[in-house]
Amino acid sequence: MATTITATHKNQLSRFQSLIALFVLCIALAIMTDKFFTAENGLNVLRQTAVNICIATGMTLVVLTAGIDLSVGSVLALCGAITAGLLKNGIAIQSMDLFIGFTILGAVLAGILVGALLGWFNGFTVTKFKVPPFVATLAMLTIARGFTMLYTKGQPVSNLSTDFAVIGTGWWLGIPVPVWIAALVVLLAVFITQKTKLGRYIYAIGGNETAAKFSGINITRVKITVYALAGALAAIGGIIVTSRLDSAQPNAGMGYELDAIAAVVIGGTSLSGGKGSVWGTVMGAIIIGVLNNGLVLLNVSPFWQQVVKGTVILLAVIIDKAGDKKE
Amino acid sequence: MDGAGNYPDPATNCTIVLVAKNITKKFSGVTALDNICLELYPGKVNAIIGENGAGKSTLMKIFSGVHTDYEGEIVLDGRTVHFSSTKEAEAAGIAIIHQELNLVPYLTITENIFLGHELTNAWGILDKRRMQEETKQLLDRLNLDIHPNTKISSLKVGQQQLVEIAKALHVDAKVIIMDEPTSAISDKEVSNLFTIINELVRQNKTIAYISHKLNELFQVANRFIILRDGKTVNSGEMKNTTHDELIQMMTGRKALFARDETMTEKKDELLQLKNIKLKNATGADNILHTISMTLHKGEVVGIYGLMGAGRTELMETVFGLHPKLSTGEISLEGKSIKIKSPADAINAGIVLVPEDRKLQGLCTSQSVRPNISITILDQLERWGIVLNKKKETEISKHYIQQLAIKTFSTETIVKNLSGGNQQKIVLAKWLAKKPKVLLLDEPTRGIDINAKSEIYKLIKQLAAEGLGIVVASSELPEILAISDRVLVLCEGELTANIPIKQATEAAILKMAIHKN
Repeated sequence: MATTITATHKNQLSRFQSLIALFVLCIALAIMTDKFFTAENGLNVLRQTAVNICIATGMTLVVLTAGIDLSVGSVLALCGAITAGLLKNGIAIQSMDLFIGFTILGAVLAGILVGALLGWFNGFTVTKFKVPPFVATLAMLTIARGFTMLYTKGQPVSNLSTDFAVIGTGWWLGIPVPVWIAALVVLLAVFITQKTKLGRYIYAIGGNETAAKFSGINITRVKITVYALAGALAAIGGIIVTSRLDSAQPNAGMGYELDAIAAVVIGGTSLSGGKGSVWGTVMGAIIIGVLNNGLVLLNVSPFWQQVVKGTVILLAVIIDKAGDKKE
Repeated sequence: MDGAGNYPDPATNCTIVLVAKNITKKFSGVTALDNICLELYPGKVNAIIGENGAGKSTLMKIFSGVHTDYEGEIVLDGRTVHFSSTKEAEAAGIAIIHQELNLVPYLTITENIFLGHELTNAWGILDKRRMQEETKQLLDRLNLDIHPNTKISSLKVGQQQLVEIAKALHVDAKVIIMDEPTSAISDKEVSNLFTIINELVRQNKTIAYISHKLNELFQVANRFIILRDGKTVNSGEMKNTTHDELIQMMTGRKALFARDETMTEKKDELLQLKNIKLKNATGADNILHTISMTLHKGEVVGIYGLMGAGRTELMETVFGLHPKLSTGEISLEGKSIKIKSPADAINAGIVLVPEDRKLQGLCTSQSVRPNISITILDQLERWGIVLNKKKETEISKHYIQQLAIKTFSTETIVKNLSGGNQQKIVLAKWLAKKPKVLLLDEPTRGIDINAKSEIYKLIKQLAAEGLGIVVASSELPEILAISDRVLVLCEGELTANIPIKQATEAAILKMAIHKN
């Protein structure tokens, strides 16, 4: 019994581990700089982190099933470009003398749909053809980037409507719109993971896929759903980025998958699946954001920033492993 | 007969090469070997016989340095030895050839044979030519006409086995232990293997030969040693015994649980299997051959079979885990049903408590509650989406109480519980689904005696409530303690269907060994 109690305590402790780390980090930066502990800077950090939060939330769902999605950066770029392209040019089929224009909502939904489809395809190759997630999504990383280049002909799609710019640059109730979007995404993912059957199945598959199979869970369906969600959330990230820059860049989102994975890992989600949470990932993403922001405020060279970020990832995992061993 | 340390056995006037003296080995409280004594003679094939769980594998693992923690003494060539690794055992001259061969598939025969003791030249570079030549000589000794540079993956199982033997010869093993060597090879390969074994015996090697196939023991073995309940019950010359005598000696394990013969005959048909066949993964061979059986409401049917008889495979097939490889008809309560996945089986009311609870039954890193509720989440959804956690906790508590699961709370992590309690959680998760047919595969594997008797009681009680229960087990006493009727599988065929009143250990074992 004694071991049981300590184990439960340990669990609760590890749940707050990243929160404590964030807290300590914030206090340190508040002491070291004048500008850090201001509402303006706080919102700034959140606004800059919003895109990573969206992507990393989807990544968390995938990682919880013991998978990984390396394609999110490219999916972000392709979906951003498609949304921008549809908004600006619509679909014109000259041979049929047909033109379809898109409202902002239509273009945004189309972008998200394409993201979900690309994710669905990831899930399809992973489950039906048993391609390891690393390889399947690595292939998608290249494919989606290629399609982005093809669609944009390698040129940015710029000068979108001013209304569209609200998504990335607007404010509502004193908070930037991207932060609202990220918050909604997080709440949705928390709801899915904590309150629904799908959430349970995600944890069950990551914890023990064989046992999940023996429990009659449709593993294919759950995994495909999860990859599709990750794709859709990457698309939302892409739409925010495109809107903020008022331009879809063909090379947008390069390396974003690594920041997302870093947030997931720092947040305490195990890459072998079954253990972790969306809240942890949000903490992870904010820690990365605060770190970036703080290092800039401290005038640390950007080269050193990378070294620090990498070190933090390593430390997070080492601390996590040490906790596991004690259990 | 040459080593100075050898000493003659007074009874046979023959030297003994390997002696086990009072070996006891326990696994977390369960005794696998109980003060066992036995002797292996050089220049002979020593057959080691025993029912499943008699202790054969455990003993062989001690001889070969896999299990290093045991009580008692092992004497090799007159010297007491205690191996701390397989490498040490190998260096001392004991080699084991496992049922699952231990070869690296994408390396060549030569590379496998010299793995770990490669030959190098003066500059430390691999001396491939010399290794290849030595391999060639070894293969010649085994009549294996294959190039030493052939990759293992392109060899047949029988040939791979010979490579294992070549490996043993290469390290100049005195004692070669073979664990069920003929279980996966063709008749022709068997006779070749026997020729080679005879040759090894002539070279005064000691062979320890584990097999269930009594017929082949009469062909190849010189001596027999019978294990039961972790003890040696008898040993002697093969030529002085008979098939039936051996079976008599193997059975008669302590009956810890009295059988219940008060059962009345059940008449309500529940589950019917007709001509169930299952092919192996390559589709070439049948693992199950046309199996038909009936299960009645309130009945417990025990399925007994030796290793590889197809017990687990039969359960898995009924549960929809092999939809592409299996054929046959399944009907439930008189209605024909199609089972193409576990979900189909579960929806029809057929559930499986699998053989390996940690691997197939539980998510041990999670707590008790989600492990129990995983099968009934549909019923816990409110407004079609949100899980009702309160109801979930209530249901978990109900089953914790009903099955007397010893856990601190519903939120205790499963891996912190004992094996018996874990097994009860797997049972709970399926009982929560309110099934009609309960398939139990090795329901008491690796759990202590008290938990065992609790699970037996539970099985009886569930049957009394009208469930149809199938228990597959490799333990004869278990089968006899809980079954109303015993079915026997042998190499994928149903060989007997015996009401409990007429069932005896010897009769069951005979049908499990003999294929008619």
